[in-house]
Amino acid sequence: MILADAASILPLELKNVSLHTGQKRLIKDISCTLEAEDITVIIGPNGAGKSLLLRLCHGLLTPTSGSITWHGAAGRKPSLFQAMVFQRPVMLRRSVRANIDFALSLRKVPRHLRHDLIEEALQRAGLNRFAKTPALVLSFGEQQRLALARSWALRPQVLFLDEPTASIDPAATHVIEEVILAMQKEGTKIIMCTHDLGQARRLANEIMFIHRGRILEKSNAGTFFDGPKNDLAEAFLRGELLWWHRRELTPP
Amino acid sequence: MTDFGAAISTAFSLVVYLDRDLSEVVLLSLKVSIIAVIIASIIGLPIGAALALYRFPGRTLFIVIVNAFMGLPPVVIGLVVYLLLSRAGPFGVFGLLFTPTAMIIAQVLLITPLIAALARQVMETLWLEYEEQLRSLGTTPLRALGALLWDGRYSLMTAVLAGFGRAIAEVGAVMIVGGNIDHVTRVMTTSIALEISKGNLALALGLGIILVVLSVLVNGLVFFLRGNNRQSVAP
Repeated sequence: MILADAASILPLELKNVSLHTGQKRLIKDISCTLEAEDITVIIGPNGAGKSLLLRLCHGLLTPTSGSITWHGAAGRKPSLFQAMVFQRPVMLRRSVRANIDFALSLRKVPRHLRHDLIEEALQRAGLNRFAKTPALVLSFGEQQRLALARSWALRPQVLFLDEPTASIDPAATHVIEEVILAMQKEGTKIIMCTHDLGQARRLANEIMFIHRGRILEKSNAGTFFDGPKNDLAEAFLRGELLWWHRRELTPP
Repeated sequence: MTDFGAAISTAFSLVVYLDRDLSEVVLLSLKVSIIAVIIASIIGLPIGAALALYRFPGRTLFIVIVNAFMGLPPVVIGLVVYLLLSRAGPFGVFGLLFTPTAMIIAQVLLITPLIAALARQVMETLWLEYEEQLRSLGTTPLRALGALLWDGRYSLMTAVLAGFGRAIAEVGAVMIVGGNIDHVTRVMTTSIALEISKGNLALALGLGIILVVLSVLVNGLVFFLRGNNRQSVAP
């Protein structure tokens, strides 16, 4: 099942989405719409809810209240058109090639089509010579490239990336960013979160600034980096520690 | 000490001259235990993986029961199987009592919970790592189960080995349901028990030494296979 020419499942609309665990309110009443064809980068300090928001959109978590709608899904199962790369790459205990093959088989890609998809994905990520290597003996950077290649092979319409280059060296980061840009060029919507402001500048078309479970600013990347409207976002861009602003944010 | 000296020389001569009775007993021991381990693994490993993977009502209770059954007294298992298979019992018509099949049944009952409980622990750790990724890829529960069993195969070997160890060393259950009949259901452990009660301590010890050596060999073999595979498939 190759989904390249299928109609897009986007736009994605979040309406009053909240996530609570016990007494903790982790995501508070988020509403936003994400359109196709650009790279949306979510930034914000640790514990702001970036990863949770990605997982909610991807369907790994169910919101406590509110709704998440893929308007283009039209009765299709949206999860089949998405993929996600996690902060810590999850490697199956198999060869590099088998890692991608397994992902393709879960998406019911016919066997005779898999070979080319795997070759191409490995090529993109620069992992050809490792095809038969056990995935777990790869370095961390190579594992993350494999995780990305695995997502690439699925040809998702939407790709979620949860800090894909945290604790990865500049060279591997470069490869990963190249692949992300190439995927975007082929029509994949990218939604990623990162701590790396330089990376956000390099990749983002759209920025979502999140702090303590709320979206404080969502705007065009150029506009945002020229001068964010939100004072906390401005402080974050200057590299200040947002901890000190906590009090101001306590809801009345 | 003279017993030990005699035992070792007895064991040595039994092995060197490849005593026909001895090899028959050893082979039956291996046959019964290996078949029991295979059947118990086929049942126990998926149960272990399923307990790690799926959330269903009564799961905790089920886990507690499986864990408790790990330490089930063999004699009790033997007695239960004896009652089930005896002429008057529900499965009496098959005439299985005092056959190797009865011994296999008893050992399967004995080691399936052990294998399932150990497998669950291994699988739970692996699932913790895999869950989000597999769900993201859109796995069905069944495919996830298969992936866990396959990717955890080397760790699961330990669970299977523990089962084999318990099966081959077990005496209570096989004695009751097998009856220790010469040339039919006599295995190493029951022979040892018999030789001890006959006062033939040297022979019993000799058999014991062979049993221990066999266990070490099987474990060593699996360890060796696992080590070789690790270099090519897993770190």
